[in-house]
Amino acid sequence: MGNHSDGSPNHSGTVATAGQNEVEKFQDPGLPPHRLRLADTDPKAAKRAERQVALLFGTSVVGTLIFLVAYFAIDLGEGAGIATIRLQNALLGVGTAFAMLGIGTGIVHWAKALMPDHEVSEERHAIRTEDDRQAAVRIVDDIVDETGIKRRPLIRNTLLGAVALAPLPALAIFGDLGPRPDRKLAHTMWAPVDGQLKRLTRDPDGTPIRASDVTLGSAFHVIPEGLNDLHEGKLNEKAKAVVLLMRLDPASLNPSEGREDWGYNGIVAYSKICTHVGCPVALYEQQTHHLLCPCHQSTFDLTQECKVIFGPASRPLPQLPIAVDDEGYLVATSDFKEPVGPSYWERDEHERIINS
Amino acid sequence: MSASSTAKAPAFVATTKAGRVTDFVDARVGGSGILREFGRKVFPDHWSFMFGEVALYSFVILLLSGTFLTFFFDPSMAHTNYDGSYVPLKGVEMSVAYSSSLDISFDVRGGLFMRQVHHWSALLFVASIAVHMLRVFFTGAFRKPREMNWVVGGVLLILAMAAGFTGYSLPDDLLSGNGLRIIDGVMKSIPVIGTYASFFFFGGEFPGYAVIGRLYMLHILLVPALILLMIVLHLFMVVVHKHTQYPGPGRNDGNVVGYPLGPVYAAKAGGFFFIVFGVIALMAAFFTINPIWNYGPYDPSPVSAGTQPDWYIGFVDGALRLMPGVIGDFHFEYVIFGYTLSLNVLLPALVPAGILFTVMFMYPWIESWITKDNREHHVLDRPRNAPTRTAIGVAGFVWYCVMWAAAGSDLIATHFYVSLNDVTYWLRALFFIGPIIAFIVAKRVALALQRKDREIALHGRETGRIVRLPHGEFIEVHAPLDEYKRYKLVGFESPAPLPAVPNDHGIVTRKEKQRAFLSKWFFEDRVAPATPAELEAAHGHHAHPAVEAAEESKSLSH
Ligand code: HEM
Ligand code: FES
Repeated sequence: MGNHSDGSPNHSGTVATAGQNEVEKFQDPGLPPHRLRLADTDPKAAKRAERQVALLFGTSVVGTLIFLVAYFAIDLGEGAGIATIRLQNALLGVGTAFAMLGIGTGIVHWAKALMPDHEVSEERHAIRTEDDRQAAVRIVDDIVDETGIKRRPLIRNTLLGAVALAPLPALAIFGDLGPRPDRKLAHTMWAPVDGQLKRLTRDPDGTPIRASDVTLGSAFHVIPEGLNDLHEGKLNEKAKAVVLLMRLDPASLNPSEGREDWGYNGIVAYSKICTHVGCPVALYEQQTHHLLCPCHQSTFDLTQECKVIFGPASRPLPQLPIAVDDEGYLVATSDFKEPVGPSYWERDEHERIINS
Repeated sequence: MSASSTAKAPAFVATTKAGRVTDFVDARVGGSGILREFGRKVFPDHWSFMFGEVALYSFVILLLSGTFLTFFFDPSMAHTNYDGSYVPLKGVEMSVAYSSSLDISFDVRGGLFMRQVHHWSALLFVASIAVHMLRVFFTGAFRKPREMNWVVGGVLLILAMAAGFTGYSLPDDLLSGNGLRIIDGVMKSIPVIGTYASFFFFGGEFPGYAVIGRLYMLHILLVPALILLMIVLHLFMVVVHKHTQYPGPGRNDGNVVGYPLGPVYAAKAGGFFFIVFGVIALMAAFFTINPIWNYGPYDPSPVSAGTQPDWYIGFVDGALRLMPGVIGDFHFEYVIFGYTLSLNVLLPALVPAGILFTVMFMYPWIESWITKDNREHHVLDRPRNAPTRTAIGVAGFVWYCVMWAAAGSDLIATHFYVSLNDVTYWLRALFFIGPIIAFIVAKRVALALQRKDREIALHGRETGRIVRLPHGEFIEVHAPLDEYKRYKLVGFESPAPLPAVPNDHGIVTRKEKQRAFLSKWFFEDRVAPATPAELEAAHGHHAHPAVEAAEESKSLSH
């Protein structure tokens, strides 16, 4: 190894001690000498650079023309297909790009090739002089002192109290941003109205579904009867009421106590709103009987009453109790027995109210 | 009196046209002082200083294109049946907001182009801010006196993400509606006030009729105004501090080396605006971003797989994905005192982002507390010369990237034909060990690069030229460095750990002990810059100063 060290900490000369500043250091040689560019010495090269800059500016003019032609010559009237729009978009873009890049590269080339490129050094001045700094501190101290706020705690404390409370109206005034939640989240459109049970209908056209339509292995996206007749608040109701309907071999379902009659011949209905943060659980894997939420991949097992078997959701999908009416159509025998969708602070309270 | 003084001294008369205009303006509104101060102010130049400029320029482009969009966009959530020229959606029921976004795309000439320009510059805006912050971090530009500007920059990053998210939600297409759905779910997981927060935000139950109008106001007024305010503050401080510069010969904490503002620097920077604009226009021309007509209007029922949020929201979405809802029999959602607490949502939504941003905001003070370095720094560190800081930054970056990758876990799985669950398990593991590995590797790499610098400073640059000595030995010729190049490699500080010192009362406080411990951790492994004595020794050691035995340099670099 000799005298010279490889810089690893256990070799001499590499671990500088705390008094490192006394160790001899390389002196700053100062700015390297300026190198002239070709255009600085050769008038021909300078002339060439000049022409290049002008050419770039010229391209910009061409770009502007392309833009204008594309804007006025291409008509978006009725019947213009997506291809026309794409073409116009491409030409407008190319036109703008040429117009801008022409100017931009032209200026930069001009600056680099022809403007003086001498690096210069300028002194840095302190942000403030020591004098100013001390004066500023003194002034602030004097100001604080003259108000007497330190000597008169009564004034200080009442002021603090008043200032602390004063923003409250500014908060309160936003009280009408929304209604109180009350128990709105606990109910959906599936609740029977005047004893009339709601039929399960197809999403989006709203046609009712017969039990016999639901063949083994099939899945339906379902909305409650009457949803499409709503006008105000249709999406709000839909966001809570959408349901997935599937038919499995009844033997593979393992209903827990009290839930035996929630399905019909292996047909079961589950809320489609993910219990994680509310995306629609749209993917049904027929082979495995898993439901998968595409947002964060929570996976629910239909054979275990939609228990979470993977992913960030923590709670099974709520089941909608269903039966068949005298015309053979599927109906919901009641609303969900628990709030659907993402959890919220009052959720457990609501669940208890629903079931009492 | 003034008449007599003008009579005595002949007035200064500008001779050129530009000079006369300057004089005209100055005589009426003043400003010669400013021009004198800034007209020739020196700005250091380096490619990595460009990212801040890109951010500024993309913001300008956002303002321009966004203003155009406001002339046509209608943020109403009322129902309407589409009647525009995009045939596949004719007659479909949708919100007015979505319908007007479609009109902008298909019935306003140049509207699609403006939407594309707006969206691409939004992506570039956030990206350039992020890269700019990485540059500032890794070069130590946040050190005194620029700590406050670092904080302003962090606020700008958050505001940029807010601007992007509020904008992304406006068209009310299927994707943006799903994004809002997730926000709703996250809000509802907040203890005590969550349900109220969601109802107040959406003006009732999700999705309601209010949220797009509210987001619109935030998007085109409040957030841009705040961004503008922060940008003004940011640039004001840049001027007060003057720009930092990279280390090198002739540069020190007492000077600024670079080009004068007028004309070279201004021309380069000004020209660069047009280049950024041109590049964005090219992307808008050829790469479709957010083709909302393919997604359809928002509807709570359908969703398409493989959909992604804009990239800057990805890390939060990824964190949501990584969190298991159930471990064994433990459910992260449980009931306390009769109320529901959803830690499976709350923790990933708040904790990682909270940690990232808290550490980011506090880092300048954390580092100066550990190092007791209270001096002003105007010369940047090369990242390798601050190995521990660099390693911390890389660790944080990798942590972020793991979460970001998790947001695309389904894409990773389908792309590489692996099981989605396995991808998630791996990413969960990486969430914890990734940053640690990254820290160790980055630190080792930094130290290795420092050693290489030493090597080059002392023994010269490898030329790749092999010569055979008379006695048969092969050596590689090393070319010595000139003093300027060498200074670049050796002109840095390499502080040693600072042991704990007693305070005024002669007591070594516990906090001071912790500081000393961290200081050791920070500076323990280090490579000191080569010294003239070492250079002397290196040269004296060899028969020919410019020639190093290849054999030997190999054994050195183990
Ligand atoms: C400050 C940074 C800004 C960011 C990051 C940003 C981002 C976005 C994004 C990502 C979109 C969705 C675009 C799409 O349809 O694909 C959007 C839409 C929109 N933005 Fe911005 N924007 C910003 C500033 C502005 C400003 C200043 C204005 C107006 C003065 C504006 C007006 C609009 C309008 C009207 C839309 C909806 C138009 C549409 O989607 O078709 N934006 N914004
Ligand atoms: S919303 Fe279903 S997994 Fe997140």
